[in-house]
Amino acid sequence: MLEIKGINSFYGKAHVLNDLSFGVERGKVVALLGRNGAGKTTTMKSVMQLVVPQTGSVAFQGADITRMPPHKVAKMGLGYVPEERRIFTDLTVMENLEVGRQPAREGTVTWSEEMLFDMFPNLAERRTNRGKELSGGEQQMLTIARTLMGNPSLILLDEPSEGIAPVIVEEMVRVILRLKKDGLTVLLSEQNLHFAQAVADRVLIIESGIAKYEGSLADLQANPEIRDTYLSV
Amino acid sequence: MGFFIAQILTGLANASALFMVASGLSLIFGVTRIVNFAHGSFYMLGAYVGYSFMQVLPGAWGFWTSILLAGLVVGVIGIIVEMLVLRPVYKAPELFQLVATFGVILVIQDLALLVWGADDVLGPRAPGLKGIIRIMGEPVPKYDLALIALTPFVAFALWWLITKTRMGILVRAATQDREMVGALGVNQAWLFTGVFFLGCALAGLGGAVQLPKGGADLLMDFNILSAIFVVVVIGGMGSLPGAYVAAVLISVLNVFGVNYLPQSTLALMFVVMVVVLIFRPFGLFGREEVAGEHGQVGEPERPIKPAGQTARMIVLAGLGALAVLPLLGDSFTLVLLTDIAIFCLFAASLHFLLGLGGLVSFGHAAYFGGGAYAAALLVTYAGTPMELALILAPLAAGLTAIIFGWVCLRLTGVYFAMLTLAFAQLLWSLVFQWGDLTGGDDGLVDIWPSEWASGTTTFYYLAMVLCIGGIIMLRHTAHSPFGYALRAARDSQRQAEATGINTKHVQWVAFGFAGAMAGIAGGLFVFSKGSIFPNELEIARSFDALIVVFLGGVKTLAGGVVGGAALEGAKDYITRFEYWRLLLGLLIIFVVIVAPDGIAGTLRKWAESIGLMKREDQA
Ligand SMILES: Nc1ncnc2c1ncn2[C@@H]1O[C@H](COP(=O)(O)OP(=O)(O)O)[C@@H](O)[C@H]1O
Ligand SMILES: [Mg+2]
Repeated sequence: MLEIKGINSFYGKAHVLNDLSFGVERGKVVALLGRNGAGKTTTMKSVMQLVVPQTGSVAFQGADITRMPPHKVAKMGLGYVPEERRIFTDLTVMENLEVGRQPAREGTVTWSEEMLFDMFPNLAERRTNRGKELSGGEQQMLTIARTLMGNPSLILLDEPSEGIAPVIVEEMVRVILRLKKDGLTVLLSEQNLHFAQAVADRVLIIESGIAKYEGSLADLQANPEIRDTYLSV
Repeated sequence: MGFFIAQILTGLANASALFMVASGLSLIFGVTRIVNFAHGSFYMLGAYVGYSFMQVLPGAWGFWTSILLAGLVVGVIGIIVEMLVLRPVYKAPELFQLVATFGVILVIQDLALLVWGADDVLGPRAPGLKGIIRIMGEPVPKYDLALIALTPFVAFALWWLITKTRMGILVRAATQDREMVGALGVNQAWLFTGVFFLGCALAGLGGAVQLPKGGADLLMDFNILSAIFVVVVIGGMGSLPGAYVAAVLISVLNVFGVNYLPQSTLALMFVVMVVVLIFRPFGLFGREEVAGEHGQVGEPERPIKPAGQTARMIVLAGLGALAVLPLLGDSFTLVLLTDIAIFCLFAASLHFLLGLGGLVSFGHAAYFGGGAYAAALLVTYAGTPMELALILAPLAAGLTAIIFGWVCLRLTGVYFAMLTLAFAQLLWSLVFQWGDLTGGDDGLVDIWPSEWASGTTTFYYLAMVLCIGGIIMLRHTAHSPFGYALRAARDSQRQAEATGINTKHVQWVAFGFAGAMAGIAGGLFVFSKGSIFPNELEIARSFDALIVVFLGGVKTLAGGVVGGAALEGAKDYITRFEYWRLLLGLLIIFVVIVAPDGIAGTLRKWAESIGLMKREDQA
């Protein structure tokens, strides 16, 4: 569904992603693992074309999306949930959702506000609150809900468990499994191995923008030395 | 009491148009991060277009329809401008965007001249609202009351649009995080265009709605510009309630000013602004602005090096040529070269601020004209000899720059640009309105050089020595530790502070120094012309210097001088065309989009292999 082939991404002269290639199959949850600064966020942004890879290509559902403007990438059904949440703090919860709204798309769930409030009951009580009045966990829920309003067929979740309380992490696991059951494809980035273990089918480990390991979760668990080399546990 | 109320009502009525125009500017800025310096031009277009519609549409119905149509037409013109001029420069540094909008001002000025002619247009009175009503015995025009009643509707419509519609939600979201809005599938390009339409339509409405009070003329664009800036600075950029409160505050104050302090009406609003800024640097309802994401003047320039061997030879040859010229040339050439040298020093002083300091001053004429007026006043009232006046002129200009700089440097980026412009307007208005002292519009005349320097040739040498000396001094300062500190402050305030540089202080000194240098140019200017008029302090004059620096090349040390020589030389020729502003405006827009390195920068790229500086280094 998503094919990344040999991408090289830069910030100015800093070479951050190095010939990175991997794929995500439809309906699967793939976890991108790596330490802080490994290039996970840059990978997500390179898929969204928020950072344009200098060489290599990104294909989504068979179409080459490299160098497409990000709004067109989103319109193709790629949903992006950024790591710093980036909700619109001056807008209410309802308004934040409105910004994410896109027309229904064939083959994906068409979300409405009410369906999202069912999934995120905390948000339901805070419809008219401004983004800045929400707690960290609520903001994280809102970022996901906002992206779902675009009815994506694949979502990029950048460190969803970062900086939120353990109970909320539990809820996040529940949400991701539920989305997977609905048929959504997920690429998530994580430093938290436990979280990845709870949701992912496959993992890709990167370090300094280079792919170091790709395989099933079971294989990773069978190879603790890989885990110890590339991840801080 | 009745008088008091009548005054307040007049103020509220005047606030109406001001609010519409300022809120349009604010909206556009919020989303696109561009301060549309051409906003006054859209206001002017609104007045003219509205007038034209009123000529053909009869009655009260026609009058109000014309106003709406004016807003619509101006909005559409805004869309055209946005798509042709601004889209290519959204990712460019702030300065480029501002200069591009200035190109638009010039183009619109000449197009308006072309279509509506040079004569002022008397605004038609609103059918059914002619005449006055007496309120507690005081006459209040009926149309004023209509305007007061109208404003809340406009404000409400805007409020509704911004808070209740999808477009408004997207606008507010984009004001906060444009990239995220794009990543959620919203095409920003159309959002920007939509906002530009709305903002320009508001300016057009403002222009049309004030027709019965002020008519239409070709100076409207600049005349309202500083008022709008003051309003958005006081109210807070991006805040609609702020724009309303500030518009009312300024307009009411203005009306009372006319009655109690007629010499100071224009100055009054600046005083209020300064007071507000001291207590609330981002305006009554504003919030801190992050610096433009693409920087103010672009990529850091390459390290500047002392001129290479070849460059030195060329410069020396040029100087030699200038020195022997009086032996060959006629006096016309000498006068022209004197003008060019003066202008080059003026431009070089601005270039120093802009290129090295990253301080985009839009009001540099204040120090040129300030120096000129200081010299002229000294000669007129104290009989000061030329020599002393030429020493005091830069001191006065430098002191003015230090005072203005103290306020302006509290803010950065576009706020700084707006403030410098506003302060230049303050000085202009003081000179303009304080006729007893300055002669007002009639200027000060009969200010001639001392006996020994009165010959064309002698004055030519004097001007050359001072101007070239000034330029060399600016250049030396650029290479001095102070110059390095200034550039460090420009490139990264945080890093500079960490190395022990007091960035604000360095910038403040640089502002004063550049002001003083402009003051030398101003002083020379008075003695070369024998007179001085307020237009040397006008916005247009500040823009002249800015354009010159820009055309010359911001990132090239020689930029100011090259541009100054090129423009002042070309002006003699270009102003023979009736529509030279149109040409210049198009040229500016062209350069912004196609050759953003300017003349010197582009030349340098061509001639990379030779020494760093080129022959145009010294005029
Ligand atoms: N905007 C940026 N400008 C320059 N370098 C950046 C920027 N963002 C990230 N980097 C650098 O790129 C590398 C990868 O960062 P990132 O993709 O954010 O890693 P991760 O998400 O895995 O923590 C890091 O070395 C980081 O310092
Ligand atoms: Mg990251």
